[in-house]
Amino acid sequence: MKILVCIKQVPDMESKFKVNSENTWYDSGDLAWRMNEYDEYAVEQAVQLKEQQGDADLTVLCIGPDRVKETMKKALAMGCDRGAHLQDDESHKREPLEIASIIAEYARDKEFDVVFTGMQSQDRGSGQVGVLLGEILDMSCVTTVIEFGFEAGEIKVKRELEGGVKAKVKTTTPAVLTCQLGLNTPRYPTLPNIMKAKKKELLSSPAADLLKVDSRQNTQTMYFPEKKGVGLVLEGEIADLTDELIKILKEKTGVLA
Amino acid sequence: MKALLIAEYRDGKLLGGNNELMAFAEKIGAESTMFLVGNESALPAYSGKLYLADGNECGEYNPSVHKDLILKVVEKEQPELVVFSHSSYGWDLAPRVAYAMQAAQVSEVVDVVDSMPVVPVCNAKLRRNVKVTTAKAVYTLQAGAFSAAEEPTGTPEVEKLNKDSEGKIVFEGYEEAEKGGVDLSKSEVIVSAGRGVGKPENIEMVAALAEALKGDYGASRPVVDAEWVEHNRQVGTTGQTVSPKLYVACGVSGAIQHLAGMKKSEFVVAINTDKDAPIGEVADVLVVADLKQFVPALTEKVKSL
Repeated sequence: MKILVCIKQVPDMESKFKVNSENTWYDSGDLAWRMNEYDEYAVEQAVQLKEQQGDADLTVLCIGPDRVKETMKKALAMGCDRGAHLQDDESHKREPLEIASIIAEYARDKEFDVVFTGMQSQDRGSGQVGVLLGEILDMSCVTTVIEFGFEAGEIKVKRELEGGVKAKVKTTTPAVLTCQLGLNTPRYPTLPNIMKAKKKELLSSPAADLLKVDSRQNTQTMYFPEKKGVGLVLEGEIADLTDELIKILKEKTGVLA
Repeated sequence: MKALLIAEYRDGKLLGGNNELMAFAEKIGAESTMFLVGNESALPAYSGKLYLADGNECGEYNPSVHKDLILKVVEKEQPELVVFSHSSYGWDLAPRVAYAMQAAQVSEVVDVVDSMPVVPVCNAKLRRNVKVTTAKAVYTLQAGAFSAAEEPTGTPEVEKLNKDSEGKIVFEGYEEAEKGGVDLSKSEVIVSAGRGVGKPENIEMVAALAEALKGDYGASRPVVDAEWVEHNRQVGTTGQTVSPKLYVACGVSGAIQHLAGMKKSEFVVAINTDKDAPIGEVADVLVVADLKQFVPALTEKVKSL
């Protein structure tokens, strides 16, 4: 079995963001980078499937500048066999169709049976890449997967819908699955596995060679939303803050009456 | 501008986002038609043309079957814009339709400024205006971003569609949300724990404040995913929708999915060390403090009243 997991490197969402000088994206300086949270679940599921199959080969793919290799090393330490880094300093400007097209061209002749990815990225949040990849390569795609099973060539999953309802669906390989938070418990790489990962194949090649589509959209401007209806902000000593809040709750709500 | 609105129906019921599609069409001044895989006995209150495929014949959501039906309508109506809700239905189906139409797809639109869709970035900390460079586009709309002032009325003019394809994905049924446990929808006071509580031991402190305020405690998704709190206390799109008199958000950053579940609360207090966290947008009072110090101190004072 051949498995592919596609990951993205994103800034820590708790970062102080700044807009870049062209006003088209966030400034990439002074940010802490990590694996997109949804993709951690995708990597874990891919590793679990590899372990279940025994005889399987698992590739982790990531598009971006050289710094994304650090995030790829985490995926290798979690259990991926090899890394395909598609080098692209402009990846933040690429719209979902361009990203999906690059991955599709990479994957086209490699006969992956199962492709995992996160259901969306934490920064751009489009949630399109997995679905588009499935459309381009004519593979079935199930999104928002919250439970995954594979038995006798059949993929059985649950999709998370609204209000806690799940839809049970099945499909066959080859298939793309986009992973929702809570699908599994992503493992922490152990020290021996981190050491082992250093010896694993991690090849870089230019993403531009694989880009076969024209962009259909771009970012005109990026900005901080206007703060609307921001209420009272309380700062200071804990003892004063609790008194102030209790006073407000008494005045404005019936709760402490 | 012609827009095709994709309404949603599941398990015998119309879903709530349909009214928002109509409100959106009205806001941008588009002439609209609607598409639904549903049932004649439950039609949306819409005064326009509705292309209806029978839900019993088509089964529950099947991506390629629904895509092919929508493409038939697109062929006939030639809309410049196809509009979905940004839901488990919309985000799954919209890219498929856009790919077939060779159209740009813009996800989770919250506004339209100078004819450009506006979308959130980085957990709504930033926004961007999107320039579409194709003649046609497909949008998904963030839940709650476009709401109608009044409940829509009207009866659609129905034109029926038949399916003529089978999907690669087999639907095998629904699993209902876990029942039992806590019904937060009736709570008057809710104190919620977010990722900012830091560790499972700190849930106790949140629960203690809830008890002191004679309310219940809830949690945001990351806390439930980490199994610090059971799922039946989750507030948000995939959990419960609540409307208490007082909602106290402890270390909740305010992801849109969480806000969707609690924004009908009468009074919101947020306790957070990050002044810029999106929860501040809906908070009546934002207490900038370390909740590990503030929450127990507040609990003690409330108890002593």
